[in-house]
Amino acid sequence: MFDWKWDFTWEILPRLIQATGNTLIAALAGYAIAVVLGLGLALAQRTPYRPVTLIVREFVEFIRSTPLILQIFFVFYVGPQFGIRLSPWASGMIAIGLHYSCYLSEVYRGGIESVAKGQWEAATALNMTTAQKYRRVIIPQAIPPALAGMGNYLVGIFKDTPMLSVIGVAELIHTANAIGSENYRYLEPYTMVGIIFLAISLPAAGLIRLFEAHVRRKLGL
Amino acid sequence: MNLSDFVIQYWPRLLSGTGITLAQFLLAAALGIAISLCMGLMKLSHNSIVRGAAVTYIEIFRGTSLVVQLYWIFFVLPLFGLTIEKFTAGYLAVGMNIGAYGAELVRGGILSVPKGQWEAALAINMSPAQRMRRIILPQALVNMLPPWGNLMIELLKGTALVSLISVADLMFEARQINASTFLSAQVFGAALVIYYILARFMVTPFMRWLERYMARKLGRA
Repeated sequence: MFDWKWDFTWEILPRLIQATGNTLIAALAGYAIAVVLGLGLALAQRTPYRPVTLIVREFVEFIRSTPLILQIFFVFYVGPQFGIRLSPWASGMIAIGLHYSCYLSEVYRGGIESVAKGQWEAATALNMTTAQKYRRVIIPQAIPPALAGMGNYLVGIFKDTPMLSVIGVAELIHTANAIGSENYRYLEPYTMVGIIFLAISLPAAGLIRLFEAHVRRKLGL
Repeated sequence: MNLSDFVIQYWPRLLSGTGITLAQFLLAAALGIAISLCMGLMKLSHNSIVRGAAVTYIEIFRGTSLVVQLYWIFFVLPLFGLTIEKFTAGYLAVGMNIGAYGAELVRGGILSVPKGQWEAALAINMSPAQRMRRIILPQALVNMLPPWGNLMIELLKGTALVSLISVADLMFEARQINASTFLSAQVFGAALVIYYILARFMVTPFMRWLERYMARKLGRA
C-alpha cells in the first residue's frame, strides 16, 4: 500500500495491543454494569405504581435517544461542579453502563413478555410472592430468548468504547491519536485500530450467532 | 447562572449547532438510504463477485467503530491524495456507516415479500427491474420501515461524533461553551434536551407518519 511503513507498524504494535486490553476491559466492565442495571430498569417498568413506570419508561427513552458521547461528557464534567470528582475510567463506565442498560432493559422486557401467561397463573396458584415468581419462574424463562439480543449489545458496547477517548481513557483510539501526534504518522495507527476492531468483532458476532443457534435448539424452537 | 439566563445568553450558538446537526443528519440519511438500497440489492445478487463486494462493505462498516471510520476518512484519506473537507467527511462517514446497517434491513425487507408476488410479477411478463421497482420494493419498504425508525435515531446520535473532527454541530458548540464557561450541567443538559426533542418529537413522529402513509398507499391500513 502507498507509503505504508512495516517497521513503524511493528514498533507501535505492542502499544496497540496493550490498548486493546484496556478497550476489552472497558467493554466488559461497562457491560457488567449494563446487565445488572438493565434488569432493574426492566423490572421497574413492570411495577403496579403508574408514576414509577412512566418515569422509568421516559428515562429509558431519553437515554436511548441522546448521544452516548454527550452523556460521557455530562457525567465527566457535571460531577466536579457539585464537588464529586470522578476519574475518566469511573465516569466512562457509568455513562456507557447506563446507556447500554437502557438498551438491555428493552431486551429483558421482550424476554419477560414472551413468558406464557399460564406460567404467571401457575406461580400464583402455588402461592408464590411476586419476588419468588420473578426469581424462580419468570426470569429463568425470560433470559434464554433474550440471550441473542444481549450478545449483540456486547459487540455494540465494544464498538462504542472509542468514545471514551474524549475524556482520556487510554483505549485504542486514544492510543492511536497519541501515536499519530508523536510521530506525525496517522496511516498505520488508525488502519491497525480498524483491523483490530474487525479481528475482534467479526469472530465475536459469529460466536454469538452460533450460541444463539445452540440456545434455540436447546429450547426446541 | 440559572438555566433560563444560560439559555438566553447562549441560544444563538446552540441554535446554529442544532442547524449543523440537522444538516449532517439529512445529508447522512440521504447517503445512508442510497447505500442501503444499493448494498442490500447487491447482497441478494446471484453474481458472487457483486455479492462479495456488498458483504465486504457491510462487514467492514459494521465490524469497526464509527469513530474509527470517521478518523480514517478524515486523517488517512488525505495521505492518499484525497483530501475531504471536514463537513463532508462528517456526513460521509456517518452515512456510510448507517448504510451498512440499513443494507441488512433492505435485504430482510425484500426477502419478507411473499414468493407468490415474485411469481405473479413473472407471470404478467415483467422484466426483473420492473418487478423489483413496481412489485417487490414498495412492499419491502412497508415491511422494513419500523426498524428504520430505530436506525434513524441511531443516525441522529451518530452525527454527534462529527464534533470529533471539529464540525461545529450541537455537540461541538456544547463542548466549546463548556470549555470557556465551565457551566457543564447547563450546557450539556441543554444539549441533551435538544437531542431528545429532535429524536422524540421530530424523527420518531415523522417515521411513524411515513409508516402509516405507506401502509395506506398499499391499502393495508
